[in-house]
Amino acid sequence: MNESSHRLVGAYAADAVDDAERHEFEQHLAECADCREEVASLQEATAAITEATSVAPPAELRDRVLAQIATVRPLPPETVTAHPADADHTGSADVVALAPRRRRRLLVAVGSAAAAVVLAVGLGVAQPWAGDPDSPVDQVLQADDALSASLDLGDGARATVVHSEAVGRSVIETEDMPPPPDGSVYQLWYLDGGDYVSAGLMPAGRDQTVALQGESRDVDGVGITVEPSGGSETPTSEPIATFDFGPAA
Amino acid sequence: MIGDDQTVRSIFGAPSGPPTPGGPDGRRSPSSRSGEATAHLGELLQRSSRGDEGAFAELYDATSARVHGLAVRVVRDPAQAEEVTQEAYLETWRTASRFDPARGSAISWLMTIVHRKAVDRVRAAEASSRRDETYHHRNRPVEHDSTAEAAHSSMEAHRVRTALASLTTVQREAVTLAYLGGYTHTEVAGLLQLPVGTAKTRIRDGLIRLRDAMGVGQ
Repeated sequence: MNESSHRLVGAYAADAVDDAERHEFEQHLAECADCREEVASLQEATAAITEATSVAPPAELRDRVLAQIATVRPLPPETVTAHPADADHTGSADVVALAPRRRRRLLVAVGSAAAAVVLAVGLGVAQPWAGDPDSPVDQVLQADDALSASLDLGDGARATVVHSEAVGRSVIETEDMPPPPDGSVYQLWYLDGGDYVSAGLMPAGRDQTVALQGESRDVDGVGITVEPSGGSETPTSEPIATFDFGPAA
Repeated sequence: MIGDDQTVRSIFGAPSGPPTPGGPDGRRSPSSRSGEATAHLGELLQRSSRGDEGAFAELYDATSARVHGLAVRVVRDPAQAEEVTQEAYLETWRTASRFDPARGSAISWLMTIVHRKAVDRVRAAEASSRRDETYHHRNRPVEHDSTAEAAHSSMEAHRVRTALASLTTVQREAVTLAYLGGYTHTEVAGLLQLPVGTAKTRIRDGLIRLRDAMGVGQ
């Protein structure tokens, strides 16, 4: 394991990292059980500090909180067991419609296909999935100019990309995404002219909400490919989905 | 600059009461009472995930002083701290099903949510308001500390202070600036005039020592 990654364990447990460091470290965490365990144990320590900082909130806050939660539906648990059909990734691969390195114009042209969509206005603030405590996503999800698009990837899998030009970041949410084939990962890309620029790897797990790595200002869209573990510098397979930011971006 | 001694001292709450030097005393296992409380919070979270508003109200009553205290400590502004507390509980309600007792305690899970909300808030507000708050804070450290003292009379608070006292000064300052100050490790390095890269080591070492002294997370 990379020692410099490991040294970030404490800072990560205390939220003393910036967004880029957090994103990078979470990718490391996805593959490092030792670090996950240490983060959990150090978060017990940080939580213990708050035994010494108690301040009772105003009484009316209790009413506000309880009134608010009464209007919100709790999320279902994350499903962790893959059913057999999911192990075969080809179901998703079937929706591949795009060769890498095509121009954005072409992506728009296939916008009606299942595998590519154009982001549209209309994202409400109160998306039910805005509540993932581990993702640096709130700024994007709550941005006034947020655009979003969702794609069904077959077998109940679904991916949604939200982009805010003002924030300059994008967020992807996956629901019930089958795990990639053994020895591979889902890699995210910015589509920039004809180029694919890596935007990081999806953490393992069927339901994820993560910010893409790096600034997404002025890029044309986002793509997802299946790559060998560790990711690739350029895509080695065709995207399973693309999201076009449309002319406004 | 905000890195002067006064600021650092006031941020981490200053010695309130004589710190007990020599931490070994702080190493003790959690009392059975807090063990039961922890299990109980986990159960309340599970019931909340099924939509049990009564269980959530109980959870709120059992934890709101710690949640709000952390929000106040990090964001400082009382109105914003209330918003952070409210947002954190809403997120807790929504995501209660994601709590996994095998991966940590309920209170740790809850405080992680609050802390993240608070840190997001102060970082979004960024430079200008941060400067104002720091100036404001620097000029009234005594009042802040006396408030804190009044709120900290419990056994638990004593236990934490004893454990914190077992850290080296640099570890304690790094941990406190990072967690209660809401600063990144790079900012902590600047505040403590440490080389970049050293602060993250101090934070980690400090948290490990604190964890062991508190007997948590084993």
